[in-house]
Amino acid sequence: MTKKLLTYFTAFMICAIHLIPFFLLLNVALKTMRDTSSRWTTPDYVYLQNFLDVWEQARLGQAIVNNLIITASGVALVVFVGMLAAYPLSRFPTRWNNFIYTLSIAILIVPALTVLVPLYKFVVDIHGINSYWAIVLIHTTFFLPTVIFLYTGFIRTIPRELDEAALIDGCSRYSIFFRIIFPLLKPVTASVIIMTMLGIWNDYRFSLFFLQKRAFQTVPLVLSQFFSQFQNNLPLAAAGSILSMIPMTLVFIFLQKYFISGLAEGAVKG
Amino acid sequence: MEQTAPRTSIPDQNKWGNLIRRSRLKKFLDSPASLNIMYLPALILFAVFIFYPLIEGIKFSFTDWNGYSDHYSFVGLDKYRYMFSDMKTRLTIVNTLIYGLGSTLFQNIFGLAYALFLNNKFRGRAIVRTIVYFSVIISPLIMGYIFYFVFQYDRGALNDIMKLLNLDPVDWLGNGKRAVWLITFVNTFQYMGVSMVVYLAGLQAVPKDYLEAAEVDGASGFEKFIHVTLPLLMPAITISIVLNIIEGLKLFDIIMSLTRGGPGYASHSLSSMMYDLYFSRQDAGFAAALGILMFVLISAVGLTSLLFLRKKEVDL
Repeated sequence: MTKKLLTYFTAFMICAIHLIPFFLLLNVALKTMRDTSSRWTTPDYVYLQNFLDVWEQARLGQAIVNNLIITASGVALVVFVGMLAAYPLSRFPTRWNNFIYTLSIAILIVPALTVLVPLYKFVVDIHGINSYWAIVLIHTTFFLPTVIFLYTGFIRTIPRELDEAALIDGCSRYSIFFRIIFPLLKPVTASVIIMTMLGIWNDYRFSLFFLQKRAFQTVPLVLSQFFSQFQNNLPLAAAGSILSMIPMTLVFIFLQKYFISGLAEGAVKG
Repeated sequence: MEQTAPRTSIPDQNKWGNLIRRSRLKKFLDSPASLNIMYLPALILFAVFIFYPLIEGIKFSFTDWNGYSDHYSFVGLDKYRYMFSDMKTRLTIVNTLIYGLGSTLFQNIFGLAYALFLNNKFRGRAIVRTIVYFSVIISPLIMGYIFYFVFQYDRGALNDIMKLLNLDPVDWLGNGKRAVWLITFVNTFQYMGVSMVVYLAGLQAVPKDYLEAAEVDGASGFEKFIHVTLPLLMPAITISIVLNIIEGLKLFDIIMSLTRGGPGYASHSLSSMMYDLYFSRQDAGFAAALGILMFVLISAVGLTSLLFLRKKEVDL
């Protein structure tokens, strides 16, 4: 009985500790600017003006549309390119292919930021600053190693006999991929989509460099500017933060199963 | 690119006719080597957006380029020499290592502890897992801002507690060393859910018979953990540690939202320092040199830890 009580007490404490920051954020967002009561207390009035104001002043709507465009195209592209690349790398481990695979893993370890300075210059030269295509290609490139790693690991677990049987039945090597392997990739694709979606949606470091015009800026960028401009109006900034969290929270609530299983799969297989 | 000899083609029933069937193109398309075309798009992207900039970065690190002008001159090893004599750079490297290794240590300790606790069956444990994991989906930049409400000097939530305890308020982020550890803490807080999930998956893979056998042999709970569970968790530990180190060494967003590298330069990591050098101080040559240093540092730390931990796995 005491053990049970202790378990529930610990569980409660863990939840409390992890919820406190969000509780404070909510309290700040729900109060007027003049309300100087402690952030630990919830307001005894209903005040939602902060949310409306920040939506208008930070033009969050446009930022969310930008996020949607960049995330959707980035995820689609990285899944497609990564999937294609993983097939020969996992099925035909020749010396050359193993070298390519190792190269891709090496990129996984070496961070993108180390090349940011020359990359920035290059993107300026090809007129990619303030465009959707450049940031999408860059996100794709830097997520590719992880995606290739996950797909290669998964395809290796699919029995080769399947390919061979199809080959004997007269299937070309390409249709083996599209007809036999592709449909089997659904579970790992779910994890890949979620992982890349989170990464691209929340990205700040690349967007900060490559999206400098307001019209192309994503939610994290807009909010960071908002925080530095409106230091004295933190309730608005807090409300903006909450609004920016809603899309991913909804996705998380509906696809929670995939979030956690995908992550664990990727990690344990490695 | 294709090194394997094309295999003899397999007779097929499609209607392309003898001509194509016998042609070299057809032979090539039938060989496994032709499938290597499939990774061509990935290779092109790597070449354009990683390898080319990397080479350019090495070049720029030997120049005094300011980041926008067309003119720059080669200054040899000047930037590197300055880098190693500069106290700020040294501090930045130390900070980066604290961010990388510190977060890794805490994330894995807490992640493992949480996983062990949440591996017990009790009602509502799924909710606890969800709550711990939730912060992973939030932008780290926003997470930093949320914790600004905690650490802020006047009206910060932490100083409200200090007041309650009749203690003087503390300017939490005003002290460089403390700011570094607080940033490490926020990073740990946000991402320990990842380690927890990895360890939970690892724990579920531990066969029950092993634990039962140990119990029959009279092993205590702690002994079971040290001698059975921990060795079997080694693969999960390896991957979790390596991923955390790499992520931690890259830390950028939380620094930008909590301190912007301040006070002064005290909480800069290599990545935030690079940003600062490039955009605020127009010293792109130095920024590029720092990038190369970071490249070397992370490859070294990442690869060593990987090799070290992989070896451990075999030993066990």
